[in-house]
Amino acid sequence: MSIATVEKPTAAEPPRRSITNQRNASDKRFRAVVTSGAMFAFVVLALIAGFLLFRGYEVFREFGFGFLTSSTWDSGTGESLQGASYGVAAMLVGSIIVALMAMIIALPFVIGTSLFLEYYIGKKIRAVLVSILDLMAAIPSIIYGLWGYLVLMPHAAGWASTINKYFGWIPIFKVDVKNFDASPFISALVLGLMIIPIASSVTREVYSRAPQDQISAAYALGGSRWGALKAVVLPFGRSGLIGGMLLGLGRALGETVAVLLTLNLVFKVKFQVLASAGGNVASLIASRFGEAGPSEIKALMAAGLVLFTLTLLVNFGASIIVSRSAKVSQ
Amino acid sequence: MSDSTSSSILQEVQPQKPWVNRRQSVRELARPVGIAVLAASVIVLVTGLAGPLGFYLAFIVSFIVVSFIDGMRHDKVKAIDKVMTTLVTAGFATAFIPWASILFTVFQRGASAIYLGYFTHDMAYTSADDELGMGGLSHALVGSLLILLMASVIAIPFGVVTALYITEIKGKLSGVVRVIIQSMSGVPSIVAGLFVYAVVVSRYSFSGIAGALALSILMLPTVARTSEEVLKLVPDDLRSSAYALGASQMATTFRIVLPTARSGLITASMLGLARVAGETAPLILTAYYSAVYSLKITGQPLASLPMYIFQNFSTGTDTALTRAWGGAAVLLSFIFILFIIARVVGRGSRK
Repeated sequence: MSIATVEKPTAAEPPRRSITNQRNASDKRFRAVVTSGAMFAFVVLALIAGFLLFRGYEVFREFGFGFLTSSTWDSGTGESLQGASYGVAAMLVGSIIVALMAMIIALPFVIGTSLFLEYYIGKKIRAVLVSILDLMAAIPSIIYGLWGYLVLMPHAAGWASTINKYFGWIPIFKVDVKNFDASPFISALVLGLMIIPIASSVTREVYSRAPQDQISAAYALGGSRWGALKAVVLPFGRSGLIGGMLLGLGRALGETVAVLLTLNLVFKVKFQVLASAGGNVASLIASRFGEAGPSEIKALMAAGLVLFTLTLLVNFGASIIVSRSAKVSQ
Repeated sequence: MSDSTSSSILQEVQPQKPWVNRRQSVRELARPVGIAVLAASVIVLVTGLAGPLGFYLAFIVSFIVVSFIDGMRHDKVKAIDKVMTTLVTAGFATAFIPWASILFTVFQRGASAIYLGYFTHDMAYTSADDELGMGGLSHALVGSLLILLMASVIAIPFGVVTALYITEIKGKLSGVVRVIIQSMSGVPSIVAGLFVYAVVVSRYSFSGIAGALALSILMLPTVARTSEEVLKLVPDDLRSSAYALGASQMATTFRIVLPTARSGLITASMLGLARVAGETAPLILTAYYSAVYSLKITGQPLASLPMYIFQNFSTGTDTALTRAWGGAAVLLSFIFILFIIARVVGRGSRK
């Protein structure tokens, strides 16, 4: 009896593992940590909105809706909001004008670039050109601004003068003083150039997913290459194009330095795009920030909140359109 | 991923584009190009168009006309096709003219500012107007590196974790998180700067840390999105195998998924860095600028390459502008190097 128990050690048998689909404690902890880490982005976005509102709400309380409709920017004594008068109408309108013009300028190049890369050249060259395009998207905005001011402006002012000469009878191409430097037109050229790689990378992606059988069918029916593109790819990729352009629009609305260097900020709502006067919310913040007193800082925070809301809406729209177009094509 | 084996046979017979880019079409192009060049020269000589840009414009216009006439020898469909081919190609090529001009100007003008001491001197005892042989951007280079390093310490872990949430945890909020990351990538850089100013700078002072915080906000979405793409490429078979061997999800993530995707994650980080290395607007409000070489990241302004360019541009004299171009050349080279690293590492991972 006693010998038998010695020969059969019970400790060697491992405890039976229970089979379960429950996660163990360390996994639960891991999942909780990763989940809370992923919430970081959400927290940051909420904090940005919260802090800008917190710092700028006095301005909204003081001027109400007038902050969006007035164009005077007068810091008064600089200490309190009482003697001061703030309004971003001119800047907001200017931002939108410049960004829309940039879109109009960029659009043909975005379509051309996307179609060319996807349907006009071979795979190997495409890979090279796409990485060059990515590289161009990474050129910092300050370099675009530097180039825009020192290299582009002398040329572009001449183009603006030509446009004014022949199309000056159209109200937006009219100018009061014949000074074409630092105009919304020039800023829009620079911004347009900046958004071409951003917008065309999205557009190209969607164009590339156009149904191959329909393209072949169009070709087989005697259509030319362009016929197939027009009948199949362009309608298919329309939402991708819109989404890509909206992403570019968001970028153009929020761009600061490239505009700051190439645009003459004037606190007056103007629609003369060739004249040397325009507005831009982001550039306003950067340019007034240095010498701003306490009350003006509050106004700049409020302006930042306006800009933040605007770009958020545009980007939100863009991402919905892009994801919808991605779903349709899958 | 799961159907990768079944589709491998299909991939060999993937449908191709019905048209072929023939080699001989280059030879066919010679005549229309020649005619268009001739026509463009005449236009430049006769009308007000001048300079290389004028010639280019005249060439495009005449090439469109020439290709239309050329196509009309067959029929209208062919003619329109040829015209559109010209337009699409021109749309692509025209966009490259300004970029070529940017690259050329930056490196050509920047070269005259750069000398050996440019990387070892700061601007403490040199004013922007002094001769180009004096002073340098060591302070800005070091400042930029410090700020970028701190920004990566914040943005890369959070970016990767956010991507892990979407690909590994597959939580209920994955869709929401993706939309938030998308929105965050659209936050204007100046707003990020304004936010950090409100939270940090207005209470303490301009500092390198504040600059890094602002940049990390802008960097996070790029890292998160690229990491998500990379983690999606990790085959599900690997995860299933790990689970089958009894590994917990944490062990699977840390010992299988992340190591597999390592080079892709490095690419994601490099792209994130390249995205923010040139940001100027947020630094105006956070790290500001100092002309003195310093490694101190708190309590005082810290220089950076974009701010060095911006300061010299604001000074506006010829020498200062040359310095600005010099800074631009260094900054652009830095970003290109980051890009090349990202590409090389990324290519290694695909093999």
